[in-house]
Amino acid sequence: MNAYLPHSDQDRAQMLAAVGATSVDDLFAALPESLRVAGLALPPGLTEAETRDHLQLLADENKLWGHSSFVGAGFYRHHVPAAVRAMIGRSEFATSYTPYQAEVSQGTLAHIFEFQTAVCELTGLDVANASLWDGPSAAAEAAFLALRATGRDRIALSGALHPETNQVISTYAAGPGFSITPLPVDETSGQTPPPLSGPPSDTGVVVLQQPNFFGVVEDTAAWAKAAHQAGALLVVVQNPVTLGVLEAPGVLGADIAVGDVQPLGNGLNFGGPSAGYMACRGSLLRQLPGRLVGRTVDAEGRTCYTLTLQAREQHIRRAKATSNICSNQALNALAATVYLALLGPVGLRELGSLCLQRAHALQERLEALPGVTAAFSGPFFHEFTLRLPFPANEFRRRLREQGVDPGIPLGRWFLEKDRELLVAVTEVNSPTGLDRYVEAAGRALTEGVAA
Amino acid sequence: MTPGLNEPHASRPAADEACLEPVRRGIDPLVFEQSRPGHRGLDLPPAGVPEAPLPRLLPGVALRAQPPRLPELSEPEVVRHYTRLSHLNHSVDLGIYPLGSCTMKHNPKLNDELAALPGFAELHPYQEEDEVQGMLRLMWELEQALCEITGMLRVSLQPSAGAHGELVGILMIRAFHRRNGDAQRDTILVPDSAHGTNLASATLGGYKIVELPSSDRGLIDVTRLRQSLNERTAGLMLTNPNTLGLFEEDICRITSLVHQAGGLVYYDGANLNAILGRCRPGDMGLDVVHLNLHKTFSTPHGGGGPGAGPVAVGPALEPFLPLPLVQQRAGAFRLDDDRPLSIGRVKGFYGNIAVAVRAYAYILRMGGEGLRQASGDAVLNANYLRTRLHHLYHVPFDRTCMHEFVAAALKQKARGVLARDIAKRVLDFGMHAPTVYFPLIVPEALMIEPTESESLESLDAFVEVMRRVDAESIEAPEVVREAPHSTPVRRPDETRAARRPVLRWEPDIA
Repeated sequence: MNAYLPHSDQDRAQMLAAVGATSVDDLFAALPESLRVAGLALPPGLTEAETRDHLQLLADENKLWGHSSFVGAGFYRHHVPAAVRAMIGRSEFATSYTPYQAEVSQGTLAHIFEFQTAVCELTGLDVANASLWDGPSAAAEAAFLALRATGRDRIALSGALHPETNQVISTYAAGPGFSITPLPVDETSGQTPPPLSGPPSDTGVVVLQQPNFFGVVEDTAAWAKAAHQAGALLVVVQNPVTLGVLEAPGVLGADIAVGDVQPLGNGLNFGGPSAGYMACRGSLLRQLPGRLVGRTVDAEGRTCYTLTLQAREQHIRRAKATSNICSNQALNALAATVYLALLGPVGLRELGSLCLQRAHALQERLEALPGVTAAFSGPFFHEFTLRLPFPANEFRRRLREQGVDPGIPLGRWFLEKDRELLVAVTEVNSPTGLDRYVEAAGRALTEGVAA
Repeated sequence: MTPGLNEPHASRPAADEACLEPVRRGIDPLVFEQSRPGHRGLDLPPAGVPEAPLPRLLPGVALRAQPPRLPELSEPEVVRHYTRLSHLNHSVDLGIYPLGSCTMKHNPKLNDELAALPGFAELHPYQEEDEVQGMLRLMWELEQALCEITGMLRVSLQPSAGAHGELVGILMIRAFHRRNGDAQRDTILVPDSAHGTNLASATLGGYKIVELPSSDRGLIDVTRLRQSLNERTAGLMLTNPNTLGLFEEDICRITSLVHQAGGLVYYDGANLNAILGRCRPGDMGLDVVHLNLHKTFSTPHGGGGPGAGPVAVGPALEPFLPLPLVQQRAGAFRLDDDRPLSIGRVKGFYGNIAVAVRAYAYILRMGGEGLRQASGDAVLNANYLRTRLHHLYHVPFDRTCMHEFVAAALKQKARGVLARDIAKRVLDFGMHAPTVYFPLIVPEALMIEPTESESLESLDAFVEVMRRVDAESIEAPEVVREAPHSTPVRRPDETRAARRPVLRWEPDIA
């Protein structure tokens, strides 16, 4: 008896008779004797209530920071509206497959078309796909797209990319053997300055993050000019939540924009799932990886939507496809679309401004504490890097004891940056929460002086 | 608000006109078309801190000149729009979804509830390890269960989907050969019945592809395989049972031949549902296996994601697994990044963890015996459908199948009705269609995978529909050729969509 399996023993007997077999095991006769196993060494199945209790115990072992956390670095703690959860929880969206049969998938196709539109609007670029696996893998796909378009095989990576984005691009590049050139970061401003002589002449693509990993806003326009002078394309990896306030990468000259839509209505979930977005200039359309939904009409002339330009994709082109990607992250993209529909253009600008103002207020107050300085002088959005008078790991430990998770120490990725802490502020970090942070930091720093 | 944006759209009828129009089938206007200036669906608090003007904080050129044309709607408007859209979808919760190769089984509701527990859902990936021991324990225990199910040594939960897992497998095979000074191995062998992703992933990984023709029994031709193996062979990618739903009976000889030639063997786990608790890829000699948690382990497909494609390996490839791996010592868990031979990362953080939580709950709920029963029922259901349908639809490899079988609509084609038409006609009866035109080696293919979730009554209803469509192909072929008739929209004009691509809404396109 198993609640997920409908057949009774009687049903099975009736079906076996129809098939002409005497037992279910008979149906596995093609398996060589030597391979057959009698069963799996797994515990017996649990009831629903038992399973729930078991997972609740595991969940209870984890610490929840709620709005006392200032940890970002790629995944951000924003409020996820109840309406977003309710819409992505609808089983018509959640329990359907990729919309291969358009006639019974218009719900999914229409919301993907809306997502593509929203991404074009945010990025100021001409076309966007149905989403990719996440931000870092979208950045790798974007770099490959640019190399296909330019026919070159060198990727230039800003040193201020998220280290995991850098690693993902490097992992992908190992397959075809593409070369990678690191672009150094200016240690004063925290920006990646375009080199006077431009990137190496065989560079096909420059990848820049906006705001960058250290929270600093880069000069997209200057990089677009430098990349184009060298005959390369510019990929900008941008946090979409900034795009109500910051200029669209397409307007500033980027050829491809990618990023992760986690900040738009997707929860943290210990790092996944989320969705990557990708938009590019119209001239690059045929090189775009991933699913695309197009608008058309049906046999009665009514507006409808369908997967289109599939000749780029693996199930048609097989070895010659633009990518191996076959799914997108439809449900996470839907969360972003519903979120943007709730916020609207005014809400997105207000949200960005709110995060930014609170981040600047916090940074100013922390910087006023003894021994604390801003690590970089460049402009920032809602995340910034502090330099502390002692190791950031110790600072984090002391603040956690006081009920604040103050940010992520950069020593995790950069050995020499062991006194630097990356702090993210969003709309969930209330003014009272900022006060608590400053007070806790004050105490932690005094303790440091005494020791 | 910039003037000129989000103005009422001309395509929306005025209120009195709308009331007079009878309700029509079709699609709700896009969220952009329903936008009304000043509507808003989410409140934000005031900043509550001293604010500086933006141009003081950011360079002018960095500030947005034109706001994005996002829609403006209140919460009830947004909720109605997406609820209406949702009604246009077929889904597993509505009815049978016999899409071959996709394993559209029931998605238990418990799983969603558990993945949403704040103790999992609200964890940041960069919390300190001592704060996430329950999460890491779950990942560890899921890995142990997947190792037992597959007979492999270690698992990385990082890949986002099956194709992503394939890329990881290929990059590990590449790293293995380079480590052994075997960089000249530049070819991956793939059967001609393979999923398109296998070839695309191997190409993305920098390999040349050699396709192996299937034998007349629909299996890998061992003689041809032997002839194709040489010092350039990096590996073979296969799925077992294969895409025809047939078990590769010579699997042990196949893996040992590839190994003798110095290659490795990749197992595409898309069809693992057929063999749960019956046999294990590790025992077949496979070196690397990807699993589709969204197929075999019951997590929702989401209309095309998120899924999860964990990769399991044997000893040869263990050092090359992506970063990081969960390690256990003295009852404590940590994430191990210090693995010098690793291929690196293929996505941010650790994987699609909310999907992993669902799969873990499913495995606990089923237990070893339940999983074995699931594969038994899946195979029984497929054979039941095959037996009930093979008089009406040609089945090219008509013997006991595993979890799916492939029919060929050849008789129907002779009557002017194609596999595509049959699929469209099935939609009229509130059922999803089988996969069509795959695998490529079967003409007019209808690939049918009922999964273990369908009751006998549901299977009989599907048989009845397939009988009726066959009868219609004789008596009224135009009804099938013009299908579907009762779906929210009818066949889209694909040619128009591709020739004049409209890939986004613009104020003036509608």
